[in-house]
Amino acid sequence: MSQHTVDLSGLASHLPGSAAGDPGDAIARGLAASAPRPTYLAVADVSKRFGDFTALKNVSLDVREGEFVCFLGPSGCGKTTLLRAIAGLDIQNSGTIRQAGRDISALPPEERDFGIVFQSYALFPNMTVRQNIAFGLENRGLRRPAVAARVDELLHLIDLSAHGHKYPSQISGGQQQRVALARALAPSPGLILLDEPLSALDAKVRLHLRAELKQLQARLGVTTVMVTHDQDEALSIADRIVVMNMGVVEQVGTPQEIYDAPASQFVADFIGAMNFVEGVMLNPDEVMVGDLTLVLRRQARPAAAGERVVVAIRPEDVRVLGADAHAEWEHVNRVAVEVAAVEFLGSHVRASLRHPAFPAKPLVAQLSQSVARALQIVPGRRLDVVLPTDRLRVYEALRPHGAAAGAVHG
Amino acid sequence: MARLRAPSMADLALGAPSAPLIRPKAGRDDRLMLAFVLMIGAYLVVSLALPLGFMLWKSAEVRAFAYGVVELQVDVGQGFLSLGTLEEAAPRLGLADPVDQARRSASLTAAQLFPDARFGERPLSAVRMRLSGGASDGVLELGGKAAASGEWVEAGPRDLRRLVLRAGTIRSLGNYIAYFSNPALTNSIVNSLVVSLSTTLITVLAAFGFAYALQRTCMPLKGLFRTIAMVPILVPSLLAGLSLVYLFGNQGLLKGLMMGSSIYGAPGIVAGCVFFTFPHAFLIIATALAISDARLFEAARALRTSPTRTFFNVTLPGARYGVISAAFVVFTLTITEFGVPKVVGGDYNVLAVDIYKQVVGQQNFAMGAVVSVILLVPAVIAFVVDRLVTARQVALLTARAVPYAPSRNRALDASAFLFCCVVAGLLLLVLGVAQYASLVKFWPYNLTLSFAHFAFEGVDGGGWESYFNSLRMAFYVAVIGTAVVFVGAYLVEKGRGFAAARAGLHFLAMMPMAIPGLVLGLAYIFFFNDRANPLNVVYGTMAILVISSITHFYTVSHLTALTALKAMDKEFEAVAASLKQPVTRVFTRVTLPVCLPTALDIAAYYFVNAMTTVSAVVFLYAPSTTLAAVAALNMDDAGQIQGAAAMCMLIFYTNLGARMVHALLSRGLARTQAWRIR
Ligand SMILES: Nc1ncnc2c1ncn2[C@@H]1O[C@H](COP(=O)(O)OP(=O)(O)OP(=O)(O)O)[C@@H](O)[C@H]1O
Ligand SMILES: [Mg+2]
Repeated sequence: MSQHTVDLSGLASHLPGSAAGDPGDAIARGLAASAPRPTYLAVADVSKRFGDFTALKNVSLDVREGEFVCFLGPSGCGKTTLLRAIAGLDIQNSGTIRQAGRDISALPPEERDFGIVFQSYALFPNMTVRQNIAFGLENRGLRRPAVAARVDELLHLIDLSAHGHKYPSQISGGQQQRVALARALAPSPGLILLDEPLSALDAKVRLHLRAELKQLQARLGVTTVMVTHDQDEALSIADRIVVMNMGVVEQVGTPQEIYDAPASQFVADFIGAMNFVEGVMLNPDEVMVGDLTLVLRRQARPAAAGERVVVAIRPEDVRVLGADAHAEWEHVNRVAVEVAAVEFLGSHVRASLRHPAFPAKPLVAQLSQSVARALQIVPGRRLDVVLPTDRLRVYEALRPHGAAAGAVHG
Repeated sequence: MARLRAPSMADLALGAPSAPLIRPKAGRDDRLMLAFVLMIGAYLVVSLALPLGFMLWKSAEVRAFAYGVVELQVDVGQGFLSLGTLEEAAPRLGLADPVDQARRSASLTAAQLFPDARFGERPLSAVRMRLSGGASDGVLELGGKAAASGEWVEAGPRDLRRLVLRAGTIRSLGNYIAYFSNPALTNSIVNSLVVSLSTTLITVLAAFGFAYALQRTCMPLKGLFRTIAMVPILVPSLLAGLSLVYLFGNQGLLKGLMMGSSIYGAPGIVAGCVFFTFPHAFLIIATALAISDARLFEAARALRTSPTRTFFNVTLPGARYGVISAAFVVFTLTITEFGVPKVVGGDYNVLAVDIYKQVVGQQNFAMGAVVSVILLVPAVIAFVVDRLVTARQVALLTARAVPYAPSRNRALDASAFLFCCVVAGLLLLVLGVAQYASLVKFWPYNLTLSFAHFAFEGVDGGGWESYFNSLRMAFYVAVIGTAVVFVGAYLVEKGRGFAAARAGLHFLAMMPMAIPGLVLGLAYIFFFNDRANPLNVVYGTMAILVISSITHFYTVSHLTALTALKAMDKEFEAVAASLKQPVTRVFTRVTLPVCLPTALDIAAYYFVNAMTTVSAVVFLYAPSTTLAAVAALNMDDAGQIQGAAAMCMLIFYTNLGARMVHALLSRGLARTQAWRIR
């Protein structure tokens, strides 16, 4: 049902902590966490319609000064629409946008203060790299040498000093992307807007440029909003992520918050991999799944007793008894299952676990290769797993049966 | 904050108390672009919509005396005696009905009302009249001086002749009724349809064969054939008529082939129209065949489908939009064509020539307008259908198709080559005969070569003068037309906001394609020659010729510019705005340089067409602004057929030169500008 199946092999890269390989990144996050900076961009109650179709519904969010924010969501959810509203390229029907304290809601783009990079880069084909970067510096009362100096500085910044004389068609896609970024940065705007700037590049270049972009942004400290539909990209690069769906904001939070505590079933489903099983609330602390009673701890919105709910747990949170010492003496939420299938994923193994409580869709657990080997996880093997109380999440059962199928979604 | 607006459905759907509505503030660029949209829109309204509307209005206007608003009093010695209105008095005075009376004569004097200055038995001592209507009811004059509305005008027995009532106009379909009750005129409708349908059939078949041979076979000399196919575009269409006369006319070279029948009439018109419509059909069908998806042919081959079945099940359906589009274009070109039927039509009347005869021959502008409206009907229908079909083809084009590469097939290649030789030979024959005729002393009696006919002796307005006028006009049309079209297309494609104004501009830009040149010209006579129109000053000048040509060939140029602009990244303007650079700077620094080759194409198109057009200008030239193609037409009319052929060839060589300059410039751009080289 979900279009957003994610390759589990990529999961490791956005597991909490694993993305923090970059020291500058960690510092920036530390700063953001310790001393919240003032709000730079405030979007309040913004709605946008195209004819009868509502592309944005009462969207509100704040971006702090120097922050790197990603708009993340499935195709068509309104990310670009929101970005273009912020830029003044497609002005919203209602709602206000304030930048640095100034109400810019109705202003045309040339009266706002931002630099923008499009997916296509939109480099001027008949101008050299230098001329492209200089384009926004001319007509501003700057002297020629000053313009040249600034262009040199930017060329150095993007590491393309040797390519200034070339035309866009003579440099690689990754280089074009950096030129577009330099052109946007040239007049030192207060805000940088990026609409899927990396999606036109091949996977390897994309990973490299992603890190570079993050470093550059941290170094310059310029407030940045980036649109992407690639969750790996968002989780690894953003200070905070705005998850959108069908024109509404589902959740705003740090990558860790979004991953650990998805605010809605949509977010839980969209980010990372997640098991979903249906159940009925017994009381605020217990949920009935088939003939199993599961104990809960963390709940965003406590559901009333008797309410139909969806219980969610990430594959890596399913603990297999015997795999780690702590689990041995845990008896809460202990479930006896049978291995239905095993999928080999390099460093990890994905096991589908069958139980009468969720007959249609097996529970997926992710184990390290060594654990799988040690426990002889093979189809037909019976074993006990624990679903840790603090790892179980409960959502209102909004979706019709099937949409919330227990198979792994990303 | 007070809300002045009732919540709409959409607001309710949004739920939650909705935030204040935002009214986008227009920026500097918005205002500038809107100003240009309005300017170019105004140009098209004045040069197209208003004249056409005015002509339509005039075609439903009939001259009549406003009997009802004219009061009449007579004095037969005992003071004035009222006779009531003319309407009441008409039977006593023996007046015909208001329209018939106006048809006999546009003015009515008191002397006509009272012959011998008598009223009944008694001699008149004075007559008084009073007109209380408006301007359209006519004028009451005494001694040439118009009376104000409601003012009594009086004349004595001796100057009854000086009291004149001039006819006004009424709205009526009288002109249309007159048209349809005259079989000599309505015959032309059938004739026009007959020749247009025959031409369409022949041209599309020939063009399809030619295009198929070029796109789908491995025959040799494709480049040469492609060039020859374009020849008819470079000459006035009437050249085909002249050549046909020399080939099959009374003293024709190949008269024997006619076996007694005459080239004058339908056969000549069809043959001539096939000649000049051929390149148009060829280009459209060749494009359609070029984009057909190679994967379908591979599939057919894999399934071992026979070549014949492949042709009918794959080739034809793939090219069907191209064929349909070509058919409609050829049909429109033929039914609105004027040059060819004028030269070889003989007694076979067609609509376009009827307009010319009504206007130039009989000075019956109203009837010319009626025929124009009749001619507009098929032209507009064909245009609309063509646009619908083309929209579909574009949808096909954007699909991910793989171009087809033909493979060798001896029999097919040989027959394709043979076919192309025949078609190209015929095209060159038409051109060659005109060339030969223009160079011999006196056809067919003295065939020594001479340039005598290029002196254009005894030509109205001077032959060479006409030629240089044409050069000047074509130059202006190319330069001004390209600029206007390009800026207009830029605004339509890249403007932001004011969507309605841009859509309106696009609509206006598409209209000229549906308007035959003669109809546009006649509309200009009505509109610009009206003394009440302040734009009257351009009438009879070079300016009106330039305007009518720019407008007449606007649509194709507009579409060409749009295609090029659509290929440009749609975010250039957004990037520039974010960098706080005015839109004019993106336009001059990026859009224009990148689209320069297209601008050159448009200029070349405009130049060539302005050199060859007759229909758009034939009603509008003045003695000081005679044009080459019109001179050719007039020479033919005056029996100087060799002179006409010489003029056509002069135009041909000029256009050939223009195309060569165009090719050199285009190649120069591609070579010298490093960024164009991929
Ligand atoms: N100009 C427009 N007219 C009508 N509908 C539009 C227009 N622009 C966007 N939409 C619609 O609004 C919705 C949101 O579009 P938007 O471009 O913001 O999506 P997105 O989240 O950026 O998706 P993607 O990841 O595919 O770029 C889509 O359903 C789209 O069809
Ligand atoms: Mg988008």
